[in-house]
Amino acid sequence: MYAYDEIDRTLVNERVSEFRDQVKRRLSGELTEDEFKILRLQNGVYLQLHAYMFRVAIPYGTLATNQLRALAHVARKYDRGYGHFTTRQNIQFNWIKLAELPDALEDLAKVGIHAMQTSGNNMRNVTSDQWAGVAPGEIEDPRIWSELIRQHTTLHPEFSFLPRKFKIAITASDHDRAAIKIHDIGLRLIKNEKGETGFEVLVGGGLGRTPFIAKTIKHFVHGRDILSYIEAILRVYNQYGRRDNIYKARIKILVHELGIEKFSREVEDEWRQIRNSSLEIDDEVIEDIRSRFTYPSYEKLPHMPDELRQAAADPDFEAWRKNSVAPHKVQGYSIVTISLKPTGGPPGDATAEQMDALADLADKYSFGEIRVGHEQNLALPHVAKRDLPALWKALDKLGLATPNVNLITDIIACPGLDYCSLANARSIPIAQELTRRFANHELANLIGRLHINISGCINACGHHHVGHIGILGVEKNGEEVYQITIGGRADENAALGTLIGPGVKFDEVADVVEDIVEAYLALRERPEELFMDTVKRLGVEPFKERVYATR
Amino acid sequence: MTSPLEQKKIKIAGPSVVTANRTWDGIVVYRTAAKGWSAELSEAAIVRNSDEARALLAESIADDVGAIGPYIAPVQIGEDGKILPGNLREQIRRTGVTIGQPAQV
Amino acid sequence: MPLVNGGKIVDDSFVKLAVDTPLPERGDILVPAERFLGEAEGLLQRAGRVGVIWPNNRDIAELVPYLGRIAAVALVFPTFRDGRAYSQARLLRERYNYRGELRATGQVLRDQFVFMLRAGFDAFEVKKQADAEAFMQTARRYSVFYQPTGDGRITALHRRMQLRHSEGVGT
Ligand code: HEM
Ligand code: SF4
Repeated sequence: MYAYDEIDRTLVNERVSEFRDQVKRRLSGELTEDEFKILRLQNGVYLQLHAYMFRVAIPYGTLATNQLRALAHVARKYDRGYGHFTTRQNIQFNWIKLAELPDALEDLAKVGIHAMQTSGNNMRNVTSDQWAGVAPGEIEDPRIWSELIRQHTTLHPEFSFLPRKFKIAITASDHDRAAIKIHDIGLRLIKNEKGETGFEVLVGGGLGRTPFIAKTIKHFVHGRDILSYIEAILRVYNQYGRRDNIYKARIKILVHELGIEKFSREVEDEWRQIRNSSLEIDDEVIEDIRSRFTYPSYEKLPHMPDELRQAAADPDFEAWRKNSVAPHKVQGYSIVTISLKPTGGPPGDATAEQMDALADLADKYSFGEIRVGHEQNLALPHVAKRDLPALWKALDKLGLATPNVNLITDIIACPGLDYCSLANARSIPIAQELTRRFANHELANLIGRLHINISGCINACGHHHVGHIGILGVEKNGEEVYQITIGGRADENAALGTLIGPGVKFDEVADVVEDIVEAYLALRERPEELFMDTVKRLGVEPFKERVYATR
Repeated sequence: MTSPLEQKKIKIAGPSVVTANRTWDGIVVYRTAAKGWSAELSEAAIVRNSDEARALLAESIADDVGAIGPYIAPVQIGEDGKILPGNLREQIRRTGVTIGQPAQV
Repeated sequence: MPLVNGGKIVDDSFVKLAVDTPLPERGDILVPAERFLGEAEGLLQRAGRVGVIWPNNRDIAELVPYLGRIAAVALVFPTFRDGRAYSQARLLRERYNYRGELRATGQVLRDQFVFMLRAGFDAFEVKKQADAEAFMQTARRYSVFYQPTGDGRITALHRRMQLRHSEGVGT
């Protein structure tokens, strides 16, 4: 856990008071909507179909229980009793009133939560691995660096009006849970031969209309230079990124148009001039940040406690444990993923009651800490294995123990046409129908790891390009039509999916997905061959044939 | 920014209304004949040709403190004279999400 | 359009010339970049101070040979959203050590003042009178700054280090 100090708190409060003044000027007509729009966006306020939407940052996905309770409070007091966890470690409230927003922000500020730069053309919430600090084999806790970068990118005087939004993600594990390859800057924490911490820096990833997988721009940037290196990238981008066309304004297009070699030369030239400046980080600064992250005092616990051994007789518990419980770096503990994908529910939504109850459970079983991951699920990062059966029972009562993590019903979906003013088609009802089709957990287990991602328009908020099965809603003659891709992935082997053929209608999507899954089950060489491996081995053709043979 | 009035030629295919979101709370509203805003589609001013549409949109845009993001949306007039949303998006804006909200299900 | 300089609303001594406006005998002038580069020597020798209006898509390094002899650089914000001039401002101040007047022009509203001050601007052609009047109040809105820039404000990281040392933490 990172504890804000007086300095951080002061800044957040100053921001709230500034926004209060801006809202006041807007409501009095002193500011036009055109002038106000960029100001509200810088504070995470969008306009959706039905109302304003308010996006709150959960930096590197770490929440304390009092913070989760504050989010529940905002859902209850200012919204309709629920919130939506997104793919970038944010939470969104869909029904907020502009006039009440400053109060909501003030309530959140009391527990060190803010909404700064959760939208707009600036540096967004710095995201990281939701298992940071607890994953076995992790090189070191990437959140120390995420926090350093979070501070550096907050209200940056040079880069708050970039050509387009700018997203940074950091991982420190071999298995990339932070999707760094689809970020504007992806950082992979590594050590050099001397054992010093640094980063492989990737640049130019992103989805949207023209998806790109990020390219490595530098194999090793020393930790002490990471701020100056990021600053150099941003300075090149701020000056040369396109501003004439919103669809070509992301850094991925600049990298693509210049080529990675030329782009990296520009960055290198800039970096040389600012490298040895006040941007250089002393070890002491890192140590100071590290000292404000607290870690639990773990007990010495057995690897296989009796409680767990006994519970193993219950097949329901086992089904949940197999999918939701992951190894922890400390013996006797586990990381528990909390599925926000109940059968028939909107992916990523949680009610205020669930949030409050989860906070209680985190206090009881997880040293008061909760994590938020990019798959729109939550996690309890430090659960003693002996507590797993009790925790499972409690989660089940709350509807938070669906045993489908990483399975076909663990769907990532954007809000789509039910909420979003840019949407062409609905996403959530598609996800809901799919969770009903595959509600049988034995079937889902038989299928194995399979990620479905759904976006309601080409902006790709649901990451459809990198779904093992990707579903993109478009509009054709006033009707919702869905394009299906297969073979994408968002991890360390990130790849974009391939379109399997013409779009299909709203009512047909679930049938098509069933066909694809049946084809996979028939085609796989052995049960361990995962969907994406079968697609890799055979290409899209056999799936295409199966889907379109009868259509 | 160019205003929506200059951005595109206004052409309407059938009866239409101007809709927007109310500034202070964001709810969906429709421009009324009395130069105000109403949350009820039944109270919306109906325009039937481009000139009327342009005029209604212009006065709506001018009322920037009242509501934001005004645009022309198609409607259908039922046999009983009832005004109905003209497409799925407007249907959803009028009746709400199609999925059930978690706190209510 | 009110000009704020040194935190106060002041009279603007500079007259802006277009590419083809005849050169006035005397008085301070702000000249578009192209014209300035074309007739720099002549302009710099006349009586009256000379400033340059520099567009945000032209490399600011071209201006470096003249920085010691010009009195003002006016950078341009064609829209509120277009932040290129923030980079130009920091380069002028921090890389090229420019010490003359650095003026923000174009879409300049109160909500950018803090960013602009931090990037090195000290003069502001403010679009709205009310914003100009609120300048000092707005400029003082923030007391915490996370990034080191040429404005010398102490950053949060350094403040923490000072606190640490004064409290003897870590010893
Ligand atoms: C209804 C409100 C939303 C609006 C208006 C919106 C708008 C957009 C737009 C315009 C883009 C494309 C940006 C570009 O490529 O330049 C985008 C990208 C993105 N959105 Fe959203 N979004 C919304 C909700 C969400 C939600 C709920 C999520 C998460 C579940 C999300 C996650 C993302 C992500 C991860 C990207 C990045 C994809 C990329 O790298 O191109 N957004 N959004
Ligand atoms: S992908 Fe499109 S429809 Fe979905 S949230 Fe993003 S902008 Fe809206």
